[in-house]
Amino acid sequence: MANLIELRDLAKIYQSGDSEFAALHDVNLTIERGEFVAITGSSGSGKSTLMNILGCLDSPSRGSYRLGDRDVAKLSRIELARVRNETIGFVFQNFNLLARTSATENVELPLIYARVPPAERHRRARESLERVGLAHRAGHHPSQLSGGQQQRVAIARALVTRPPLILADEPTGNLDSATSTEIMNLLSELQRSGMTVIFVTHEPDIAAFAQRKLALKDGAIVGDVSQQSSRAPLPASQAATPGMAT
Amino acid sequence: MISAGETLRLAARALRRNKLRSFLTTLGIIIGVGAVIFIQSIGEGAKSRVRAQIESAGTNIVMLFSGSSSGPGGRGGFGSQPTITWEDLRAIQTELTSVAAVAPQINASQPVISETSTWNTQITGTTPDYFSIRNWPVADGQLFTASDQASAAKNAVIGKTAAENLFGPGVDPIGQIVRIRDAPFTIVGVLEAKGQNAMGVDQDDGLFIPLSAFQTRMQRGLGKFVPGRIAVSAVSPEAIPRVRQEISELLRERHRLAPDEEDDFTTSSVAEMTSMLTSTQETMTLLLMAIALVSLVVGGIGVMNIMLVSVTERTREIGIRMAVGAQPADIMAQFLVEALVLAAIGGALGVIFGVGLGQVIAPKFGWNMETKSQIVFIALGVSAGVGIVFGLYPARKASRLDPIDALRYE
Repeated sequence: MANLIELRDLAKIYQSGDSEFAALHDVNLTIERGEFVAITGSSGSGKSTLMNILGCLDSPSRGSYRLGDRDVAKLSRIELARVRNETIGFVFQNFNLLARTSATENVELPLIYARVPPAERHRRARESLERVGLAHRAGHHPSQLSGGQQQRVAIARALVTRPPLILADEPTGNLDSATSTEIMNLLSELQRSGMTVIFVTHEPDIAAFAQRKLALKDGAIVGDVSQQSSRAPLPASQAATPGMAT
Repeated sequence: MISAGETLRLAARALRRNKLRSFLTTLGIIIGVGAVIFIQSIGEGAKSRVRAQIESAGTNIVMLFSGSSSGPGGRGGFGSQPTITWEDLRAIQTELTSVAAVAPQINASQPVISETSTWNTQITGTTPDYFSIRNWPVADGQLFTASDQASAAKNAVIGKTAAENLFGPGVDPIGQIVRIRDAPFTIVGVLEAKGQNAMGVDQDDGLFIPLSAFQTRMQRGLGKFVPGRIAVSAVSPEAIPRVRQEISELLRERHRLAPDEEDDFTTSSVAEMTSMLTSTQETMTLLLMAIALVSLVVGGIGVMNIMLVSVTERTREIGIRMAVGAQPADIMAQFLVEALVLAAIGGALGVIFGVGLGQVIAPKFGWNMETKSQIVFIALGVSAGVGIVFGLYPARKASRLDPIDALRYE
């Protein structure tokens, strides 16, 4: 299978006064299309920095980053915004939904910047919400939804542009364990439908959902193991059942 | 970048979300624009009232006076020393093509006696042309004629105010006899009411008799010089400068003035008086406008202030939008359009406020309101401009946020 991500000798260095601090160094990493990857490590290990660079929110100080068939390490802010819009779907620990805005409109957000016409936008947002089992909550505002439901809306937003890559930064960090399992099942389902899913976690049982586990320490990759997904994902029909939402 | 319609929709949503705040922010603009519209309307109304008053004298008129208005040494003001002869007057009438008519005006303030009362009024000796020059028809009866002038007939035309004071209200003045210096004059016509002139003098308080009768009865003006002023009408309003030029050339030649000598006569036009009087008013209006514009700028600063607050408050939102693909230009446009919409709505409400204020206040003070559509567009344009200028900095600030920092903002 073709490589989706190729990092070569990547480093991110922060300068403070005379001293330098390498948040990431000597990172070499290849991720193929369709992989399900967990990035683990303690806080300060550089996993967030790596996520930000993978998500084109940040640029590396050195090295190259090939995403698909283009080198995105040296792109301008405008081009990076376009890459984020077309290629990447984000899921955050704190959901990052727009307050006082309906679930549908939250999901539509990336499509606005992709210049999709309103009718089409609306249709795809509904479709996306259906896929995460929240069609019946389309008009609700985030404050009217539970944490798990909010994260589902965020996932619907991430997949609405049909990006090849889903990046989730501690997607279960703010959720209880039952809801966490639901969210992880949803992510594995996306992976099985052909998307590449990369997520950050520091919980071993969440990392166990992935097929490949990267360990970071002091800004370098210290472990890279393939594993069998420890938990069998629930059947798709069940994962999409509205009643499951808490 | 996303479309303008989409950006506008985003801005409208954001503003609706904070209705009270949006309204309070626009209040500065509303008051500023309202003040501009109000002051301009009142100023324009006053100006056109003055213009109407002055133009009631007749639009094509050039007044010609003896003497100079700005002589050095011992010479007095204009009219203090007669210099224009009856011959000059005839030459102006016959030789100048741009002149339509010429009428001398000799005035005297005299008691006029009717059967029932005595009234001190202004008596003017003139020719029938005077009434056509001043565009002043009779309301009742008729004017005295050229043959009256030729025969020094004792016929008189009376103004509304003088008639009422001499004969009492409701009495028909036509055919009545009045005595001026013991000479009986028959009233043949009553002039239409003209009201006050620009100086506040009631033009209807007067009596007009043929020049010839005036000269014989009042024993004035029988000499070489014209003892009053001369009303000259131009063939058209555009010809007024030409009339003044031609009169000046003709009289200088006839009076044999050397090139370095000053004119011994003065001409003035209604247009000149109009601009003189309205310019005072314009200065006043301009001053008030400057104050109103300052308040508009203050309103703009209010918009900037609230936009800066808004950008800070919505840092997370900006981060989210950037993460899902909004470009810096999209963010910039979003906040700029928000400021623009805020200011434009303020401008529109300000126009309504200003016009409304005028409608309420102007009648109470007897002011004239005249709102020029031009000013409305300028006010709307300026407030939109204020929105852009004062929205630019906050919008730029928003668009330059780092997406990671913005997402982390609490």
